[in-house]
Amino acid sequence: MRVKQFLPLAVFVLLAGLLYKGLSIDPTALPAARLGQPFPSFSQSELSSGVEVTEQVLLPGPALVNVWATWCYSCRVEHPYLLQLAERGVPIFGLNYKDDSAKALDWLSQLGDPYRLNIVDAEGSVGLDLGVYGAPETYIVDESGSIVHRHVGVLDATVFARDFERWFPSVSSAVNPAMREAEE
Amino acid sequence: MKTVRFVVVAGLLSVLPLAGWAVIETYDFSSPDLEVRYHSLSQELRCPKCQNQNIADSNAPIARDLRVVLYEQLEAGASDDEILAFMVARYGEFVRYRPGVDRNTLLLWASPVLLLLAGAVGLMWHFRRRRDDAVQPLSEQEQRELERLMAQPNRDTAP
Repeated sequence: MRVKQFLPLAVFVLLAGLLYKGLSIDPTALPAARLGQPFPSFSQSELSSGVEVTEQVLLPGPALVNVWATWCYSCRVEHPYLLQLAERGVPIFGLNYKDDSAKALDWLSQLGDPYRLNIVDAEGSVGLDLGVYGAPETYIVDESGSIVHRHVGVLDATVFARDFERWFPSVSSAVNPAMREAEE
Repeated sequence: MKTVRFVVVAGLLSVLPLAGWAVIETYDFSSPDLEVRYHSLSQELRCPKCQNQNIADSNAPIARDLRVVLYEQLEAGASDDEILAFMVARYGEFVRYRPGVDRNTLLLWASPVLLLLAGAVGLMWHFRRRRDDAVQPLSEQEQRELERLMAQPNRDTAP
């Protein structure tokens, strides 16, 4: 038996392994460049009050910053879950990204408002500083105001349990039994 | 005549440059030099949303935003390095089609050299084996046997 005979098999196994690994990699999930950095500073008006707000409103964390817009279909899918999270006591701040404020206010009055407040980012400048490339995106900001996680796409119970729950320990234990029944 | 025209049109279409699909936008640059840099940078920066297009080719809203930023920064006098650093700080090395050399991209940068080396090793192996397999001269006994066989009359043709 010569080692050389097994070369094609070795190449095949290597390639198969590589391609199999490739199947489980999501190419659209980009590493967030801002991880570990403070939330970029901004000074924007708040959606319903019109008051000027800065990154200081996010303190003290941990809190979620949810990038949403009325033109974003997935945001509508995600919305009921955000309402649930808000009810469970997770502080959620909205970044109303490249949206029309009147439409956004309509949306909140019709579908419910899970947000502590909403940062109006009609030009997308805060989004650009964050590295947002679509909606929805959800960021976790820790106590000191640093970005510790980014989720791209719809936030649901599975994603929350996997990546978010450890930042909100008091929330996970406080799942209200009535809600759990409703989910089942 | 119709066929000729068809062939001519098809031939012309086949050489249509793909770069011609780039997004058409007008920016007024204060100097032609800035315009040249705008075009080279917008082709080097990758659209975060559409992944396999640069921001010059992409119609995605985020690509348009990045083109606006690029234009504004060029006009404000930023250097190429400053602009690339600005983009990388927000969107990561992903945003560059020519990423800097670091731990993640080292293999990518080294791959042409590695492939070349693999090819050279393969060729060397191939030629060495050929030399080993080269025809060995016949031994004295084999040579005699050959001559004897050749000397025999061809029994198939001569009845």
